Amino acid sequence: MLEVKHLMKSYDGHKRSLTDVSFTVATGEVAAIIGPSGAGKTTILRSINQLIKDDEGQVLLNELDMRQLNRSQLRQARQNIGMIFQNYNLIEPLTAIENVLHGCLGNKSTLAGIFSLYRQSEKEEALQLLQKVGLGNFAYQQCRHLSGGQKQRVGIARALMQHPKLILCDEPIASLDPKSSTLVMETLRQLAIEEHISVLINLHQVDISRQYADHIIGINGGQVVFDDHAEALTDTAAAQIYRKDLVLNEEAAV
Amino acid sequence: MTPKALTISQFFFKKRLHLTLLVLILGLAYVVSSIGLGFQTTALFHAQDGLIWLLHNFIPNAESMRYWQDIGHQLVRTFLIAVTSTTCAAVISLFLAALGANTLSLNNAVTWFIRGFSSLMRNIPIVAWAMILLFSFKQNDLTGFLALFFMTMGFLTRAFMETIEDFGMDKIEALQATGANYLQVIFQGLLPEIAAALLSWVLYMIENNVRDATLVGLLTGTGIGFIFDLYFKGMRYGAAGLVVLAVIILVVGVEVISNLIGRLIE
Amino acid sequence: MIKPEKQLTIPTPTAKGPQFKMPVKLKDRRRVTIYLTLLVLAYLTMVTLPTMLPDHLNLKTASLTFLQNIQIMFFHPGLSNTTFVQLIQALLESILLAFLTTLIGSVIAFVLALVSFRQLVPAWVGLAIQSFMALIRAIPNVLWVLIYSVVFGLGANAAVIGLTFHSVAYLTKVYTDSMEELEPDAIETMRAMGLKNGPIIRQALVPNFIPSYLSWTFIRFEINFADAVAVGAAAGAGGIGYQLFMASSFYFNFHEVGVIVYLILVFAILLEIASYHLRKRVMGNQ
Ligand SMILES: Nc1ncnc2c1ncn2[C@@H]1O[C@H](COP(=O)(O)OP(=O)(O)OP(=O)(O)O)[C@@H](O)[C@H]1O
Ligand SMILES: [Mg+2]
Repeated sequence: MLEVKHLMKSYDGHKRSLTDVSFTVATGEVAAIIGPSGAGKTTILRSINQLIKDDEGQVLLNELDMRQLNRSQLRQARQNIGMIFQNYNLIEPLTAIENVLHGCLGNKSTLAGIFSLYRQSEKEEALQLLQKVGLGNFAYQQCRHLSGGQKQRVGIARALMQHPKLILCDEPIASLDPKSSTLVMETLRQLAIEEHISVLINLHQVDISRQYADHIIGINGGQVVFDDHAEALTDTAAAQIYRKDLVLNEEAAV
Repeated sequence: MTPKALTISQFFFKKRLHLTLLVLILGLAYVVSSIGLGFQTTALFHAQDGLIWLLHNFIPNAESMRYWQDIGHQLVRTFLIAVTSTTCAAVISLFLAALGANTLSLNNAVTWFIRGFSSLMRNIPIVAWAMILLFSFKQNDLTGFLALFFMTMGFLTRAFMETIEDFGMDKIEALQATGANYLQVIFQGLLPEIAAALLSWVLYMIENNVRDATLVGLLTGTGIGFIFDLYFKGMRYGAAGLVVLAVIILVVGVEVISNLIGRLIE
Repeated sequence: MIKPEKQLTIPTPTAKGPQFKMPVKLKDRRRVTIYLTLLVLAYLTMVTLPTMLPDHLNLKTASLTFLQNIQIMFFHPGLSNTTFVQLIQALLESILLAFLTTLIGSVIAFVLALVSFRQLVPAWVGLAIQSFMALIRAIPNVLWVLIYSVVFGLGANAAVIGLTFHSVAYLTKVYTDSMEELEPDAIETMRAMGLKNGPIIRQALVPNFIPSYLSWTFIRFEINFADAVAVGAAAGAGGIGYQLFMASSFYFNFHEVGVIVYLILVFAILLEIASYHLRKRVMGNQ
């Protein structure tokens, strides 16, 4: 479903942030990318939907190479990829339901986007999605009044509104308390199973990755140093991934 | 249709209604004010005529070059008046602000009096200052200087007060706790800390006064504003264009220097 | 209210952390710059001040008549050449002028700000627009009105168009600056969802931009009112400014000047208070 082949990226032209990264994510699979800070996790994720340009290699989404697309093709391809951020990146002054509805603007006309013209069916779907993530009662609340966990679930609903084939999550639970984290991770896990969406998550917590991911990719220094089933990630293997920058701060946080 | 679906439509309907009303009200206000003033919207589409006219008539020609000396002289004068009025006003404003800032002030009445005074000073239109001063001080640089001085004093007093108040009560109290008296607190504790902020306000006011000097000159018959008026009314447009060019150079020059200093003291 | 332009371009240095953290070199450079600037300013003032005193003027009598006139203005306001209704009408005219130039200016400036917004267009476009705006602002307001008075003839058209130039230039600058201060994440997120620029602006930029838009536009309204008064006097563009000009330099009637100044003061101070509260509310909402 998603194939990343020989991905390379250098921000400044000298130092390589990614050196030859390859991995695949199957349909309906939850994959976690773990690794020390600065390893290149964010860079990988943003190369997949080409928020980062000027990289090398191939990013195949259902055999379509994201890197070869022109502007409008890229826009179309991006509509199939939902993205979830550590800081939620909602439009805070707008209500939850408006934020969710943004997810369906990708395949609507510019005019519809400018005048917020949504079909009745879309509005209903947005409300259903909010109910699904447990926020039915908060649909008409401004997002700035929601808690972090609630915001993140609005973010998930927005991604779902895109009817994505793939969801990318960049440290979705890094700013959340343990309870909200569990809720968010469980929601993501459920989606992969029920809707056959592939989910690729950047994580800092080894335990949580083991618990929720089918497949774990370990990154260190811009290279893949581990790529296997979650069960294969032993403590020694985890320590290997976190080599230099090691365990101390990363795992202690869990 | 389920009741929930109904609320969705209601929600979006209300939102759209509000937006439509807002646009309608603004549009109506625009139409009413245009009619009230006698402004024709079509004039907006002829705005370029002015620019074309400007480029056509205001290009300084060889003949207007002999005005360079007059203009240069007035330009320097204008700059000096803008600077002088600002620095003089700044000295007095600092004094007033130190008396009036509520973190330093001993007396609430003083604070309110100084606030009111500064508000009065900056809200009296500069035209009024210029005209009243013109009547007593006649047509000379002093009149322009005083007009700028009074207005600047109003602005800077307020600005300095806010700067001092932003410095915070606790830091001042910490200084007082070491046994420093009022003057020591101000000169050894406060001023060195906020000097950069005060200076950036002074620079801002100099910029502003350079712009306003033209207006004041026009009203009081002095400086660069006066000679522009002279050339403009006398249809010596080439020379008037030269004045405009000179003003542009002065304003941009002052702005660049002020930005440079601002960045150095940031 | 104080024009808070500086708050945008030059942050108050005291707001930043403790100064001893600053590298010694930087601190020295800063102190030297401050001292040097003060020195230059003081020198210029010392040199200029003595030359300011005109030869044929008795400073004492001049000051005395000035104080007398101030006293007449503030303590004995009264009307003789115009009626109160006429003055109110003139004030209203100035307010309408300020309103129109603000409205037109804010619409044009918003478009220009979008066109020069770095997240949406190449950097050179923004630079070109901002330079052009700086150029417009370098030409004094009165001159714009005077120029249009020749092109369009004296009247409302010349006043509105002339004053709109600075309105646009100022607002374009502050709008662009505040757009650039917004979190870039919102726009990037929309881009990641495959939206086009139009919807991105409307759905991500506008809602976040509204608070600064409101407060800057209101500040410009205050400035435009002051400008409308000034231009009314200096370019004969009508309104309360023109009445002020007539009362003081045609009728030499300082009683009347007093009434006019009071009228302007009341409105200006009302605006100042309104602006203060608006900004507090708008910013408090964030
Ligand atoms: N915009 C950028 N410009 C230059 N270098 C960058 C940029 N973004 C990231 N880098 C560099 O690329 C490398 C990988 O960064 P990346 O953000 O992908 O790490 P990460 O694994 O996501 O780290 P973290 O866990 O802290 O989020 C780092 O060495 C970083 O310094
Ligand atoms: Mg990261």
